[in-house]
Amino acid sequence: MRIAVIDESASRAMVIREGLAQLDGIEIFLLSDRAGLLAQLAEIAPDVVLIDLGNPSRDVLEEYFAVTRALSRPIAMFVSQSDEESIGASIDAGVSVYVVDGLAASRIRPVLDLAVRRFNAFARLQSDLDEAKSKLAERDTIDKAKRILMQSRKLTEPEAYGELRRKAMQASRRIADIAEALVTAHELMEGD
Amino acid sequence: MTERLVIGFLPLVDACLPILAQEHGFAAEEGLELDFLRDVSWATVLDRLLYGHSDAAHLLAPLAIATTLGRGRPPQPLVAPFVLGLNGNAITFSPELADAVGAPREKLGDAKSIGSALAVEAKRRASAGRKLRFGVVHRYSSHNYMLRYWLAACGITPDDDVEIATVAPPFVADALESSEIDGTCVGEPWSSVAVERGVGRIVLTTAQIWRRGVEKVLAMREDRLEKRRHAVEALIRAMRKAGAHFVDPANWEKNAAILAGPRYLDASAELILRAISDRLVLVRGAPPIHYPDFMFQHREAANFPWVSQAEWLYTQMVRWDRMHFDAHDARKAGGVFRPDVYRSALTDTDDVLPGASSKVEGSLTGKTAVSSQQGTMVLEENRFFDGRTFDPDNLPGYLAGLTR
Repeated sequence: MRIAVIDESASRAMVIREGLAQLDGIEIFLLSDRAGLLAQLAEIAPDVVLIDLGNPSRDVLEEYFAVTRALSRPIAMFVSQSDEESIGASIDAGVSVYVVDGLAASRIRPVLDLAVRRFNAFARLQSDLDEAKSKLAERDTIDKAKRILMQSRKLTEPEAYGELRRKAMQASRRIADIAEALVTAHELMEGD
Repeated sequence: MTERLVIGFLPLVDACLPILAQEHGFAAEEGLELDFLRDVSWATVLDRLLYGHSDAAHLLAPLAIATTLGRGRPPQPLVAPFVLGLNGNAITFSPELADAVGAPREKLGDAKSIGSALAVEAKRRASAGRKLRFGVVHRYSSHNYMLRYWLAACGITPDDDVEIATVAPPFVADALESSEIDGTCVGEPWSSVAVERGVGRIVLTTAQIWRRGVEKVLAMREDRLEKRRHAVEALIRAMRKAGAHFVDPANWEKNAAILAGPRYLDASAELILRAISDRLVLVRGAPPIHYPDFMFQHREAANFPWVSQAEWLYTQMVRWDRMHFDAHDARKAGGVFRPDVYRSALTDTDDVLPGASSKVEGSLTGKTAVSSQQGTMVLEENRFFDGRTFDPDNLPGYLAGLTR
């Protein structure tokens, strides 16, 4: 079975490929470029096409499928209504699936399930990364706030941290929020 | 208690009414909180609507009908209780093609004379081995149907004499620049973007092809409408108020700035203002020209979903998808537009409601008073450029008179 994965995010496409590679008898083609997309697809003649929902080429792709309905191996949208639930899961995960007409549902199902798991895994990775980034930014802010306290009130670093922590507990807020407020106030006072 | 609705949309100027309903507090006045889901393809807007990510969506009217009829995928009934606007699209040619057909630079062209010059150029290009190519935003779009209607009425056979392909709106200017297409029919601000880059010239507007042509609708799943009927009627009232605000010249700049914001169109406020104010720059660097009712979002109960509009779209679907006319499908297509919901939402308000739910399209040559359920209804000129009229009581007869 030939599977084309269309995704402008090359890293996500890699994650999907790695997941699908677990299946037997599968050939995977990654397409990340918008230019020449249809010509490449025509050459690959895939049985299954996976494309992310955020891809601006989706309407062009569906138009192509509609036109190729006249060809010998027409591609349809993956729409057997008995599989509503798994289509719903794929849309929730952010991927849309098209399959060649007549491909048995039993062969599509494992591909779809894996794709959905991989998309979800990628989304989790992304959100972990975002979280890590924002943690890093928070630590920066706390460091800045400590330096402000150390300079203006002649405190040691542990004392400055203790002050932030005490204020946060009093106000039932996070230390990062208190630090942020302090840094903003300081910038205003300094006319930064 | 506040009810929440999630609205899907594509970043185009005619997504304005729900956005402004939220931003100016008209939704809140009706007890609504609107959230927006922006996408970059109609396929995804539709998927999110069908699988429940959104409650309602800014959608191409023909796509709502095609989805209901099961064109390209199994049928899923959609309904449209509100038309988001009429027209608002431009036909834009590459500078070379605009010159070749003698399009004037200081005003919009004449649909008939540009069309006959284009017929000559199309034949010349086809015999030279490279047919003219036009980009439209979607197979099931009014852009596609308006363009084809115009071409066919000018003696050009779409698919034979010229090619028509789908190009996503944000890539239209690129496609003109790289000569992938020679012309396009697209919503704003994308023609203006092409003009600003010097890769396109606006030669016509769709309002010159059909003076009051139906454009996007607010679409939803039929079962979702039943479940959220109360909220949907509140949304209709809020969008009518947003429409009155939108067409008031005093608010143009403010509204252009809101729509240009990063959550909505994320585009140039200056270009958006051109569409909102019906003042288009046709050629880069030229002063804007004023073409009244380029966009038409409010007057004459513009948002009323006339069943005859849906039926006209169905005839064009039959025409260009090479289907046979089917009376059952025609009824289903007409049933996508839901004037009953629109009426129910606005009964006993100050707003105007027409007396009928269907009308002969393209027959009005001047201001005409028509029957109304409440308020005074005066409709203005509403012609097709070729003078043909559409009688919803005789769809097969109308189709028989059209070339394919």
